[in-house]
Amino acid sequence: MSAADSQATPEALILAKGLRKEYGDFTAVDGIDFRVNRSESFGFLGPNGAGKSTTMRIIAATLTRTSGEITILGKDPEISGPEIRAHLGVVPQQDNLDNALTVEDNLYVYGRYFGLSKKFIRNKIEELLAFAQLEEKRSVKVEALSGGMKRRLTIARALVSEPEILMLDEPTTGLDPQARHILWDRLFRLKEQGVTLLITTHYMDEAEQLCDRLMVMDKGKIMAEDSPAGLIKKYSTKEVLEVRFGADRNAQYADQLRGMCERIEVLPDRVLMYSHDCEALLHEVVSKGMHPTTSLVRRSSLEDVFLRLTGRSLVE
Amino acid sequence: MSANDLSRKGSLTLIDVPKILRWGSIYIAQARIRSMLKWKWSIIGESFATPMFYLLSIGIGIGKFVNSHQAAGVDGVKYLTFLAPALLAAACIQGAVGDATFPVLEGFKWQKGFFAMNATPISGKQIANGVLLAAMSRAAFGCVIYYAALYTFGALHGLHTLWLIPVTLFAATSFAVLMMGVCAAIKNDDLFLNMVQRFLIVPLFLFSGTFYSLASMPKFLQIIGWASPLWHATEVGRWISYGHHVSATALVIHFSYMTIMAIIGFTFAHHHFTKRLAK
Ligand SMILES: Nc1ncnc2c1ncn2[C@@H]1O[C@H](COP(=O)(O)OP(=O)(O)O)[C@@H](O)[C@H]1O
Ligand SMILES: [Mg+2]
Repeated sequence: MSAADSQATPEALILAKGLRKEYGDFTAVDGIDFRVNRSESFGFLGPNGAGKSTTMRIIAATLTRTSGEITILGKDPEISGPEIRAHLGVVPQQDNLDNALTVEDNLYVYGRYFGLSKKFIRNKIEELLAFAQLEEKRSVKVEALSGGMKRRLTIARALVSEPEILMLDEPTTGLDPQARHILWDRLFRLKEQGVTLLITTHYMDEAEQLCDRLMVMDKGKIMAEDSPAGLIKKYSTKEVLEVRFGADRNAQYADQLRGMCERIEVLPDRVLMYSHDCEALLHEVVSKGMHPTTSLVRRSSLEDVFLRLTGRSLVE
Repeated sequence: MSANDLSRKGSLTLIDVPKILRWGSIYIAQARIRSMLKWKWSIIGESFATPMFYLLSIGIGIGKFVNSHQAAGVDGVKYLTFLAPALLAAACIQGAVGDATFPVLEGFKWQKGFFAMNATPISGKQIANGVLLAAMSRAAFGCVIYYAALYTFGALHGLHTLWLIPVTLFAATSFAVLMMGVCAAIKNDDLFLNMVQRFLIVPLFLFSGTFYSLASMPKFLQIIGWASPLWHATEVGRWISYGHHVSATALVIHFSYMTIMAIIGFTFAHHHFTKRLAK
């Protein structure tokens, strides 16, 4: 491939076609196609049970697919498991650090599993501890770390081998807001350095912050695929008006509200109205004699995209 | 390079996959031993205390009693001499089974460390081999100490008795790897291991001709002994140590039994490690 060609079509690191995984007679991943390019940050966004972790484990060459095609770095995980795993950094949904070892030893031992030299790992540990902001904790046992620190250590551990692709399965689930922001900042740095990131999340803000391209997943299927902005543009309006009339009246006003904008969603506690000018829409609602107890105009988010695509909320 | 940036040669240049395919088991064993070394003083202490405890209580106490009632001792030798190969094998096999099975529960269930190892180029088979190798290294250490204690107490005579060490370790390996495979195969493992300890290991040890000759027991209990790797190791051990009578055919059977158990054990363990990691 010439230089000009490679600029035109970015290099695909992962290619999947009709990928399917069944557990007994339950289909967890239902024939999905996707492509991840070098240096992009690609996300699977979907609620619990969508099949994100299953897909990640197939890509990580640790779970066998039922059918379909997949190549990672041009290789089939069924045939070349170790050759593929050599170039992946895996951050699983559940931390599986060695609690009895220190922070430093966790990194050291893991580096050895990649056959890296002691000298190389020693130098790398210094870099990784600085990157993960764990320098002061280097000699502390893992069991004494906070959730956010453990997560950063798991990420540092996944980076010890300088992987081609860093895979993060729900990197910030269960962390408090501050810990999440520290983590996002670290991941952002990696992204800027051109590390290919593959992320799953059920947080729309995380997907918006970190991903160049997103696949919205639900019940093992792909619902849509685009950049976060592209998805919002395609499946939602620029703005959303949220109005509350009280539980019983929300549904009662629904028919009247429906005619006033592009689309509405009636949730148990509020009505979402989709329009490109929501201030004007709110005036109209009030002028028709409907007085919401609270109202809010906000920009459309991926949550709205998900609602539109599935009729359900992302976080239940 | 700014302060927090990482250097990047990239895994494609850094990682030598064929080397890992060759040495992966050793990497796992090294890591296990590294963890064990955190407890080195208690391991060393235990390795010395266990033989001392048995030798003092059984050898001197019970031995005096047995010897005074049977002028010729047991099997034509002093009771302690009769007992020594069995004690060595019993301690070694029990230790090896413990060290080979406990990490399996931890690795698959409690801490899920095996899944972390398997996210690297390392395979399930290599994890099994590595864990076993570490367990057997510790068993070998314990075995040498135990042997030295037996020798010092006069329970063994002559350097030819050094052969007890490899024979004992072979028996321990074959049983440990089988139990390791069983642990990987069983889902409700905490309960299972408890049951194994109570209803398998303990009877095997009581009915393996450890404290008295198997032939002096009723036939149906002898069957337990035949199934037990401890009995096979003990028979060979007594033959090595003081020339206890074992026919050539019996020797072949003892070694074949241990070898077959090892082959089945390895096959079973490799299969179930691979399967469980891919679940
Ligand atoms: N080992 C398994 N055996 C049976 N069902 C499973 C297994 N792992 C996952 N599942 C099921 O497959 C579906 C998808 O799971 P998962 O990939 O973990 O989803 P997500 O990561 O998006 O929450 C879920 O309904 C889950 O219960
Ligand atoms: Mg998941």
